[in-house]
Amino acid sequence: METEKKEYKVIGTRPIRHDGVDKVTGRALYGADFQMTGLLHGRVLRSPHAHARIVSIDTSRAEAYPGVKGVVTAKDLPEAEDRVADLGEGAVNLKYLCDNILASDKVLYKGHAVAAVAATSPHIAEEACTLIDVEYEVLPPVLEVRQAMEADAPLLHDTLKTTSMGETADEPSNVASHIQHQLGDPDKGFAEADIIVERDFVTGTVHQGYIEPHNATAHFNQDGQLTIWCSTQGAFTVREQVAEILQYPISKIKVVPMEIGGGFGGKISVYIKPVAAMLAKKTGKPVKVLMNRADVFEGTGPTPASYVRVKMGATKDGKITAAEAYLAFEAGAYPGAPVGPGAMCIFAPYSIENVIIDGYDVVVNKPKTAPYRAPGAPNAAFGSETVVDELAEKLDIDPLEFRLINGAKEGDRRADGPVHPRIGCIETVEAAKAHPHYTAPNGKKHHGRGVASGYWFNIGLESSVTINVNSDGTINLIEGSTDIGGTRASIAMQAAEVLGIPAESVNPSVVDTNSVGYTAVTGGSRTTYATGYAAYEAAQEVKQKMIARAAKLWEVDEANVQFADGEFSSINGKEEQISFRDLCAQLGQTGGPVVGSGTVNPGGAGGAYATHVVDVAVDEETGKVEVLRYTAVQDAGRAIHPSYVEGQIQGGAVQGIGWALNEEYIYNDEGTMTNASFLDYRMPTCLDLPMIDAVIVEVPNPGHPYGVRGVGEVPIVPPMAAIANAIYDAIGIRMTELPMSPDRLLKAMGKI
Amino acid sequence: MQDFSYVSAQTVPEAVALLDEKGEKARILAGGTDLIVQVREARRDVDLMIDVKSIPEVNVLNYDANAGLTLGAAVECYKIYAVDAICDAYPGLVDATKIIGGTAIQGRAGVGGNLCNASPAADCIPPLIVLNATCVIAGPNGERELPVEQFCTAPGQTALEKGEMLVSMKIPAPASNSSSFYLRFIPRNEMDIAVVGAGASVTLDDAKQTIVSARIGLAAVAPTPLFAEEASALLAGREVSDAAIDEAAQAAQAIARPISDMRGTAEQRTHLVGVLTRRALNGAIQRVRDTA
Amino acid sequence: MARKSHVQTTINGETVEFLCESRQSLLEVLRDELHLTGAKEGCNNGNCGACSVILDGRLVNSCLVLGVETEGKSVETIEGLAEPDKLHPIQDAFLENAALQCGICTPGFIMSAKALLDSNPNPTEHEIRYWLAGNLCRCTGYDKIVKAVLDVAKETSA
Repeated sequence: METEKKEYKVIGTRPIRHDGVDKVTGRALYGADFQMTGLLHGRVLRSPHAHARIVSIDTSRAEAYPGVKGVVTAKDLPEAEDRVADLGEGAVNLKYLCDNILASDKVLYKGHAVAAVAATSPHIAEEACTLIDVEYEVLPPVLEVRQAMEADAPLLHDTLKTTSMGETADEPSNVASHIQHQLGDPDKGFAEADIIVERDFVTGTVHQGYIEPHNATAHFNQDGQLTIWCSTQGAFTVREQVAEILQYPISKIKVVPMEIGGGFGGKISVYIKPVAAMLAKKTGKPVKVLMNRADVFEGTGPTPASYVRVKMGATKDGKITAAEAYLAFEAGAYPGAPVGPGAMCIFAPYSIENVIIDGYDVVVNKPKTAPYRAPGAPNAAFGSETVVDELAEKLDIDPLEFRLINGAKEGDRRADGPVHPRIGCIETVEAAKAHPHYTAPNGKKHHGRGVASGYWFNIGLESSVTINVNSDGTINLIEGSTDIGGTRASIAMQAAEVLGIPAESVNPSVVDTNSVGYTAVTGGSRTTYATGYAAYEAAQEVKQKMIARAAKLWEVDEANVQFADGEFSSINGKEEQISFRDLCAQLGQTGGPVVGSGTVNPGGAGGAYATHVVDVAVDEETGKVEVLRYTAVQDAGRAIHPSYVEGQIQGGAVQGIGWALNEEYIYNDEGTMTNASFLDYRMPTCLDLPMIDAVIVEVPNPGHPYGVRGVGEVPIVPPMAAIANAIYDAIGIRMTELPMSPDRLLKAMGKI
Repeated sequence: MQDFSYVSAQTVPEAVALLDEKGEKARILAGGTDLIVQVREARRDVDLMIDVKSIPEVNVLNYDANAGLTLGAAVECYKIYAVDAICDAYPGLVDATKIIGGTAIQGRAGVGGNLCNASPAADCIPPLIVLNATCVIAGPNGERELPVEQFCTAPGQTALEKGEMLVSMKIPAPASNSSSFYLRFIPRNEMDIAVVGAGASVTLDDAKQTIVSARIGLAAVAPTPLFAEEASALLAGREVSDAAIDEAAQAAQAIARPISDMRGTAEQRTHLVGVLTRRALNGAIQRVRDTA
Repeated sequence: MARKSHVQTTINGETVEFLCESRQSLLEVLRDELHLTGAKEGCNNGNCGACSVILDGRLVNSCLVLGVETEGKSVETIEGLAEPDKLHPIQDAFLENAALQCGICTPGFIMSAKALLDSNPNPTEHEIRYWLAGNLCRCTGYDKIVKAVLDVAKETSA
């Protein structure tokens, strides 16, 4: 495995991405662009209430409306068993999964899907939705995690009981589960501390904010074959989820992944895909269902709001002696908040002997949460990285120096158990400290500088790649990972490196579930790592087969054929040499086509660390925070295509800036989100930002042949705390609630 | 989206006749950046959209140093800030036209539409108020004129009677030693609706030390954009000073009756009225002083 | 059923005729009637810019234009930008700068950038950021998009 820095021919270069021309000319086909003869258009009716019992649904007026071809409700779903299914992204209770597709007995959030219509035009489908009569018995909503945990809180589920470390409680509760991790002796650790800082933090509900709304087109053939064209982070997980929800065999379902317009974790769960299939079944016609932007905000999974309490102690010389965290995350309507990952990440940038972490997964009347870029870690890090900053400040130690004193390294144990392999935590802090930004003057009134670090563990999971060798010296690379951010290039480049051919000689294709081996979702920062690994393995197989062909051509033993720099040569006697390209032209004469395949499920994903530095200016009269300069340092292990690694870092940092300053779901007392549009859910525009200086550190991951670490998620972990720390530097106030919007700053400054 | 009919009217009388016939369910379509969204989101019930962009009178953009500006109701924002003489004469209005939506919105949206939409947060209305604009209205009984501060009557409601349409706005030529300024507070730097907006116009004496007259207009702090009459009057004859400006700002705060919503809280808005009024007045004064 | 009107317009230099309901936006007409799916729907209320096209020389959100309004007008879309054998310089710059990740906002950004550079061939970074503020990108953090447009401006003015 790769640990030393090597010279590569393809890796580390910046070729034009293979799908680039299609995407700059408008020719690339995304989910909503799919057209088909005879297509009907579907529209979902959603609950106007945050919490209500469904008394009755009458679809007769809608069914009679001219142009309507079919209406479905939860009654059209197979009876959902109350059992747990493993759908690749962790265990899921099927009853909950189905109820989130179309509510059966209760609606649990405003925007919860209740029924759906297929009609000859999207406008008719929308009009028909208003003709569906639903009678509700409105119930009081519970909209905040601490409120939901109270003993007398309204209950979302009569059958949900808290599981806590293997035990299940007797009484129903909104608390789905409690987890705890302990390391060492926290009491002893706090007793050894010279200084202890403890603070409470609150974070708002935020959305991934991908620009492309969810979409799905489904068609049932007369022979029972179901095809779904859609944008998704994982075609295979769509197949599994639809199969479970519809109780339909996976062998009869083909999912065709179209180009995907952003996901960030939000396009793993299915919403309208089973609905499109149900409508297609009912009407016998292909049906396209599109969400609009309000549907996306109200009907798909955001990432949780949370309440976080962090306590940390340190000695006078800056050594952290103990850390404690209490994490209560809103799951939304059904259990499954990412409190586990939050607990795994919260203290991971530090080497701490004594740690205790409690996590709670709590249901509330908001959309069921979904993964969002390092799910759970940003909520947790906002608390821990602010407390670390305060410890350093109180000890009068430079905050990056404080991180160097305590930085996690190989052999340290995370509070939840795993021991770190080779990691680049310290290296990111050192690079941040050495960056000119960190020492640039920043003394203006109401200007401040802040830093924060972050960790994300990254995942491996299954990937499959097939390589077909072409006679002109190129290869066709078949993969199952949908390409959200340039992974066709980063995967192709790894195969090209093995075969000594240019990146341009690889034609990568993302194909449907019938055409490639099982491949898990594009998520968990796993694609360049795991699918790249599969491409490496497939290319290795091609290389071996090509060596055999050269041996056959030269009538020598395979052991006497070498391959280097794209050239095969014979050693031991005969002086023969042939390039990969020329040998490709002779495949026909030497035994026919060459195909290589690689399937992996690698365990060595290798965690990623980031350290960010930010300068802000605070307008003390309006409470508005302007980001003046931003530097994001990150360990990429090995940057395959540095431009797209930088892009991930920049994009993640900017999503973090949005989360820090303005993004949040704003609810009224009835549980209606009052800002469900891009107008009022304020994501950063380019006028709100400076250039984002992305600095790549390379500490190769021993778990990958080229040292790759996932890069997609960790850049969203540090920004919130980094900005909070910069605001503190600017105005001397610790902000502990996200977003740090102008009105909250005005309040904190005592201006209102 | 509900079904509706579309007519491209060629003359003012044609549009007026259609409005008169259809009543409430007919709406004038100019830039469409508010109307189309409202109908699409079922916030407005419309049977007929009357496109007025082919009518010559609503496309007039005519500035004369003596007569002032005639601004047709359908003139898009980008055409306004493309004219240097208008930028020089009415910088406060131009400030607003440059921050409405993004550049694509400014390609369609205009000042007239912003006025007729009658949002309490409309960016163009405070500048129109401080620039003493008059609305030219055509209806079944002919034309009438109305001071702009009387045009909006409630959120989304205007003084237009059945069958009436806004044809244009007239703004008098600026006095010497005068200028105007508009700014709003938004959490981002573009693409937001004003949490609070404040416009000011000032006329100074020849020494540029004393305020001869001033007008202050506010947005997003009441059911309609406001003319802060008392605050404006306070400044007449006063020497330019922080004290005078603070007094005006406080008087402006006193008339604010803001609500709390997803864009801001009432307390935040009241506070911002003071901040923005000061900044608008100082901005307008600076512009006068920057002009030779 | 809603009645349809006949509309004749020019799209990317070609005369085009179509039938549409009054309530169909230019975006719907382009995508659903003419199968020009380069313009995307991201918000359908003028706040994301993914549907940006150029109408009679001026940048607009095609979701906020009715199809029937385009009678006799001229529309430029992303599909009309490249030459048969050559990309437009903005398209090249986006590729060279890796100024796209998922690519859904890319056609809108390119049309918006074209409208900017047509009227101001040498904009500053601030002018670019101001002009493009109506186009949302959630993947890139805008850094490489702004650099791509700056690159085109540099080449054009060089």
